[in-house]
Parts: sequence; structure tokens; C-alpha cells
Amino acid sequence: MATPLEVIDLRKRYGGREVVAGVSFALQKGECFGLLGPNGAGKTTTLRCCLGLTVPDSGSITMVGEPVPQRAREARLRVGIVPQFDNLDPDFSAAENLLVFGRYFGLDDATIRTRIPRLLEFAGLTSKAAVKIPQLSGGMKRRLTLARALVNDPDLLVLDEPTTGLDPQARRLIWDRLQGLLAEGKTILLTTHFMEEAERLCQRLAIMDEGRIIAEGLPQTLIAQHISVSPSSLRPANLEDVFLKLTGHELRD
Amino acid sequence: MTANFAPPILSWRAIAVWRRNLLVWRKRSIPTILGNLADPMIYMFGLGYGLGGLLPAALPAFGGGSYIAFLATGTVCASTMNTASFEALYAAFSRMHDQKTWEGIINAPMALDDVVFGELLWAAAKASLSGIAILIVIWALGLTSSPLALWAIPVIFLTGLAFAAPGLIFTALAPSYDFFMYYFTLFITPMTFLSGVFFPLDRLPEGMQMLSQVLPLTHAVALIRPLLFGQVPELPLLHVGVLIVITVFCHWIAVALTRRRLLS
Ligand SMILES: Nc1ncnc2c1ncn2[C@@H]1O[C@H](COP(=O)(O)OP(=O)(O)OP(=O)(O)O)[C@@H](O)[C@H]1O
Ligand SMILES: [Mg+2]
Repeated sequence: MATPLEVIDLRKRYGGREVVAGVSFALQKGECFGLLGPNGAGKTTTLRCCLGLTVPDSGSITMVGEPVPQRAREARLRVGIVPQFDNLDPDFSAAENLLVFGRYFGLDDATIRTRIPRLLEFAGLTSKAAVKIPQLSGGMKRRLTLARALVNDPDLLVLDEPTTGLDPQARRLIWDRLQGLLAEGKTILLTTHFMEEAERLCQRLAIMDEGRIIAEGLPQTLIAQHISVSPSSLRPANLEDVFLKLTGHELRD
Repeated sequence: MTANFAPPILSWRAIAVWRRNLLVWRKRSIPTILGNLADPMIYMFGLGYGLGGLLPAALPAFGGGSYIAFLATGTVCASTMNTASFEALYAAFSRMHDQKTWEGIINAPMALDDVVFGELLWAAAKASLSGIAILIVIWALGLTSSPLALWAIPVIFLTGLAFAAPGLIFTALAPSYDFFMYYFTLFITPMTFLSGVFFPLDRLPEGMQMLSQVLPLTHAVALIRPLLFGQVPELPLLHVGVLIVITVFCHWIAVALTRRRLLS
């Protein structure tokens, strides 16, 4: 079984600025790997390069055994994607979105139609099957995007802030679902700004800042390594303390 | 950057994009067909009978037939051109820019090449429908009866391709919808007058006649009009060749510019 994703010395420049400046990491099968970092750190750019949606300047990427960007299209056959900004098809209903998206994978209609009820159920959108995208709330769209990413039963999920914009109930539903997917043996790469999400879901984390990975490891190890004394006597040190210590208290961008 | 200009990879996967557009279109097909048909019909009957009534019944300049028959055969081409252009500009731009539909499609195992190729085939198919609709009206009016007219159908499709492809170049470059007004006023509208749709080319000053030879619509008219009059076109391979070259060249540029726009 090929490594789900291996990235070596990835670099991407916009204008004069190197927004991804030599990033390397590898995912192990069945794990959830979290990419954290302040706004503009280069997380989305890194993910887009991995998926073959942005052409990197240099570096080597292998996703589900395929070289990217050369064979990115073939690699995406076995990958599910949740982009940072939803791009559901507004001309269609929720169920039609799943049907049409499944066709892009070369799946036949009968196969897709048997999957649709389960996918809608997964996203808690069974009652919204016939509702057009513009009539869905932001959180519903987010959940549908996650369901759409599963239409091909992927081995690897690449999720860019999957729970941003969700209410606490919906967020917990998604966490629960993602844990289920991990239990099925799927591999997940995700970015998030919710430290609780990272602590709950991720076996390993990387903290990115200004295009570089500045810390990597198990959540508990990172906390133990970087915080010797909790900043508050009222609670134990957590991941947010590590994040703020490493990336500073100043607003980014 | 040069990688963007690598030749497009053509694949049957593009059909999935075509089917996506068909599924949307089927939901509102009747109003769009009527809309596509109404505008050219108004021109055809308005000018054909209005202006044609002032002219002798059979003029050599109009191929020995009536003016409305002359105009109707040109209208098939102009209507195909307009529909292909509209679809490749406004409709494709809305899918690419406002709806982010193209970005969604390439989250699946589809290349941007597949998306652009699918849009090209779709715009040509939709254009064919409006060309053929007018063909049917012409036939129903008894203005054409030759079986050669059936050959006009593949030529209409080719005409659709030859206008969809340059349209997709402008879509890849457009900052907003306003940009397309230039395309219509500088390119499409003048071409309608310089390609023999409304009057024969030999009415044009000599310099203009030269210019008209490089316009795709001229070649479409040079093929479709004789076919509808039951004649074999002169130099058919030349005209077909020009339309194919325009399609292939413009499609290539459109794919390259779309890659540059969306994959950077
Ligand atoms: N297409 C682009 N053209 C120019 N600059 C870009 C482009 N995409 C991203 N950038 C810049 O690259 C940097 C990294 O952006 P990126 O979207 O990867 O950050 P991020 O870590 O995902 O941030 P956020 O948490 O806000 O989503 C930013 O400074 C951004 O302005
Ligand atoms: Mg981002």
C-alpha cells in the first residue's frame, strides 16, 4: 500500500514572496494529520499543490502513489476534497450535486444513486435532498461538501477547514463522522483554526508559519515540549498555548 | 508558465461536463429554444419580407432566388455564431467565475482540459440546435428542399466549434462581463455584415472583401448557403479546413489561458 501523501521540499512563490518555503511532511495510512497555522501561513496553498490544483515552483509530491502534478488527475480518483471555500454547483439540488459529482469520477448513475441516501444521511441533510444549493444555509453547504467528498469512497481525505462556519452541534456531528471514517481506515489531512478539533481528531500535527513548518509531532508531545508552565493556574496547558507561543500574539496578514 | 501552453489533452471525460450542462439546460429548455429562435426570426422575416419586398422576385445576386431565401440561409450561420458566442462567453464565464463550477469539477478527477473541451462541445451543440431550428423553419417555408441540405447539419456543428473556441479565449481573459461587449461590438457584429449574411460579398469594397476571407463566418456561409440551395459548395475542403484550423488553434489558446487563470 502506497503512502497516502509524501511532500518533499515544496516551494511556491506569489509575486516576490515565497508563501510555501520548503515544506516537507508525510502521512501514514489511517492517521489524521493536522496542519495548523495563522491566516496566510500557506496551508491552503500547500494543500492545493498536493492536489494538483496549483502548480508548485519546486518540490516533490506523491499522493496515493501517483506523482503530482504529473498524474494529479489519476491520484484524485482516490481522494476526497473539501476546499476552503465551497464550490457546490448552484444549478442543482443537494442530491443532484452528488449525482453530477459522482459522474465526474466515471461512476455509473446506478452506483451513485445507491450511495446518495447514505451520503445525505451522513451529512444530516436527508430532508434537504431536493433543495437547491442557494437555498441551503452556510453550514448545510459545508456538510454537503463533505458528503460530496465521499462520493467516490476515497482512501485519502483532504479537508481545508472542514468545520469553519458550523454551529457547535454540526461541528460535533462532523467530528463524529470523521472519527468514523478514520475507524474505517481512511487517512485524513486537515487544516483547522479550532485547537479542540485538532486535539480531538489528529494523531499528528504540524504548525506552519510564513510558509514553513515550525513544529511537528503528537499534540501531547508538542504541549510538553513547548510549554513548561501553564500560562493560567486555572487549567492545564493546551494546544492553543503552543500555537500562540510559536506563532506570536500579533495579528497576521 | 510554458507548461500552460502544452497542447490540450483531449479525453472522453469531457462528456461528463457536457452532460452536466445538458442536465441544467433540460430544466429550462423550452424558454431557451424559443428565446434562441425569436431573435433571428425577427430579423429574417422583418428584413426578408420588408426589404425583400422592394426587390425583384429572383435576383442573380441572391443566387437566383428570393431575398428571403438568401437571407434565411445566412441567418442559419449567424444564429449558430451568436448562440455559440453567447454560450462560450456569458454562460461559460458565469459557470467559471460566479458559480465556481469549474473549480468544483477539478476537485474530482477531471483536468481543466476536460472542462474547457466539454464547454467547447457543449457550446457547439447548443449552437447547432439554434442553427438547426432555423433550418427547420426554412424547410417548412419551402425555401429549401434538396437532400443536400442535410449536409448543412455537420457544417453547423463545425461552425459552432469555430465560434465557441475563440469565445472561450475571451472568457479565460475576461475580468468581468463588461469585457464581452467589446467582443460583440468589435468582432461579432461587424463580422455579420462582412461575411455575406445580409448581402453578397461582391457588394463590399475590394479591401473589405480581402478582410472577409479571413473571417470564420464567411467560410460558414460559403458552405451552408449552397448546400441549402441544393448545390455543392465551391472549394469545400478549403472552407472546412479554415473552420477546423480556427477551432484547433483557438481551443489550444483557450485551454492554456484557462490553466494560467485557474491553476496558478
Ligand atoms: N492566487 C494567489 N495569488 C497571489 N497570492 C496568493 C494566492 N493565493 C494565496 N496567496 C497568498 O499566499 C499566502 C498564503 O495563503 P494561503 O491561502 O495558503 O494561507 P492559509 O494558511 O490557507 O490562510 P487561511 O488560514 O487564512 O486560510 C497569503 O499571503 C496569500 O495572500
Ligand atoms: Mg486557507
